[in-house]
Amino acid sequence: MAAKTGVIKAKRARAIPARVDLLLVADMVEAKSRVLDVGCGDGTLLRLLAEEKGVDARGIELSQRGVNDCVAKGLSVIQGDADTDLADYPDNAFDYVILSQTLQATRQPRTVLEHMLRIGRHAIVSFPNFGHWRIRLQVAFGGRMPVTRNLSCSWYDTPNIHFCTIQDFVALVREIDAKIERGVALDRFGAPLAYGEPWIWNFFGEQGVFRLTRKR
Amino acid sequence: MIGRAVQFIPASKAAGLREVDAPQSLVAHFGVDTPLKMDAGVSLGPLTIAYQTYGELNAGKSNAILVCHALTGDQHVANRHPITGKSGWWHTMVGPNRPIDTNRYFVIASNVVGGCMGTTGPASLNPATGRPYGLELPIVTIKDMVFAQAMLIDRLGIDMLFCIAGGSMGGMQVLQWVASFPDRVFAAMPIATAARHSSQNIAFHEVGRQAVMADPDWRQGRYLEEGVIPTKGLAVARMAAHITYLSDEALQNKFGRKLQDRSAPTFSFDANFEIENYLRHQGTSFVDRFDANSYLYVTRACDYFDLAADYGGSLAFAFKGAKTRFCVVSFNSDWLYPTHASRAIVHALNAGGASVSFVDIETDRGHDAFLLDTPEFISTSRGFLNAAAQARGIAPANNGTI
Repeated sequence: MAAKTGVIKAKRARAIPARVDLLLVADMVEAKSRVLDVGCGDGTLLRLLAEEKGVDARGIELSQRGVNDCVAKGLSVIQGDADTDLADYPDNAFDYVILSQTLQATRQPRTVLEHMLRIGRHAIVSFPNFGHWRIRLQVAFGGRMPVTRNLSCSWYDTPNIHFCTIQDFVALVREIDAKIERGVALDRFGAPLAYGEPWIWNFFGEQGVFRLTRKR
Repeated sequence: MIGRAVQFIPASKAAGLREVDAPQSLVAHFGVDTPLKMDAGVSLGPLTIAYQTYGELNAGKSNAILVCHALTGDQHVANRHPITGKSGWWHTMVGPNRPIDTNRYFVIASNVVGGCMGTTGPASLNPATGRPYGLELPIVTIKDMVFAQAMLIDRLGIDMLFCIAGGSMGGMQVLQWVASFPDRVFAAMPIATAARHSSQNIAFHEVGRQAVMADPDWRQGRYLEEGVIPTKGLAVARMAAHITYLSDEALQNKFGRKLQDRSAPTFSFDANFEIENYLRHQGTSFVDRFDANSYLYVTRACDYFDLAADYGGSLAFAFKGAKTRFCVVSFNSDWLYPTHASRAIVHALNAGGASVSFVDIETDRGHDAFLLDTPEFISTSRGFLNAAAQARGIAPANNGTI
């Protein structure tokens, strides 16, 4: 299990220079709020939020090493699993629940998302877009499951078991009766795409970052 | 007993029990005017608390750490044990440059009420009768142990402890401390513990107690007056308990089916296997340092522990509004106080909005892992305490190492 997170983290670190996605996520969080980062890795985002925005930052991380790194930084982090442990958190315990580059690795993305919106007033999710043109090309013309720089595992050893496109994600948000407050697609260098048309995002965005809230 | 002259043997003359009356550590005496009000509904006084300290209390009195010992532990956390001559039971965690750094913190450890290393317990003299308490000592609870510790902390002039740390029964005391005195605990480390004793936990303890009480030398708890010690019963109790402190895997790796000093079974009931020999040794060495009645009392204290019960059945209420920072630690091969017992604590703390970290350490060493040099555990503890100390404004150790 620890290896799963390790793979995600390593890949994430390689994929996005300067962690633009983290800055983007941080930008969606209000100062002095209460935040739970699910799959917080070594605590980079939590520390950023705590130091830059005075946020009461908590985390969940699967790997022992990640938890140790976080605890040593003075962060409050619990060793646990997004799929099983979110159920134990009370309603409205946080202002924001963040899931960064982990949705596609959960067993039940829909349930995880619903829990996030139950526990927090807002959910912030970032994920790789499987609708990106490179991936489409590989499947369409290569006839093989795609392996890209950002998604570097083969189909048989990838921790990413529930890929979706940006449009799939938007459809799921609608299905669980949530609404998108803010959304942005990032290109392969982590820079936000200039054009906001959904089909453009779905075709040219390598990452999607969305802030959601409950409709009611 | 009838028709036999009762010969009183002071506890100090009994093998290994000399620490009861004259502990080789600091002692705090509390008179009958300041008794310990016990859960059993009675007051215990006078009361003696035997304790050790390490390091120095800073001017702001902000660097004190209370270490709570487990079932058969004591105040000798980081010094040579006065009876066994071995290193202190938590020398891996407490000492210069250890996570609980005695160059930086003022460390306090006291023997629990009901113990036998100098704090009032069943082997201590009952001033009302002039003989050892035996079973006349009221049943002791974890809360009683904690309230006695609070009396000691008051005596030392400390308002707020920087941290309370302890494993197993020590962890129960940590939890009770935060529930009873939330404003007096800045950080807490409950390790390899549970918020209540499970049926299985109680069952194992009952086996131990029955072993002690089945020994003819137990004499209804009056053995000290009769000049005997129920060594056989206590040794069996320890043997059974010791198995619960280790994991199946660790036992298999260490002993397997290896034979003791022989190449073939003897077809007898002698200790043929290494594991038998090992357990017998654990049993016999234990009786040299521990009082049998004390064993009954401390196991009972654990059995009665159910923190949620005092708070309407909800553990979350026990920690409601607590500002204490928690670091909860479990070990994945610990089947005595398994990971899920620690998770239950974490869930309750989360529900109460407390600041909590939790790590489940991967090890094959079972419950005993918290006493051993388990690197991931040591590094997590160090990280947690350093960060908490910074938040508390405690200066780094004098020698410059943090």
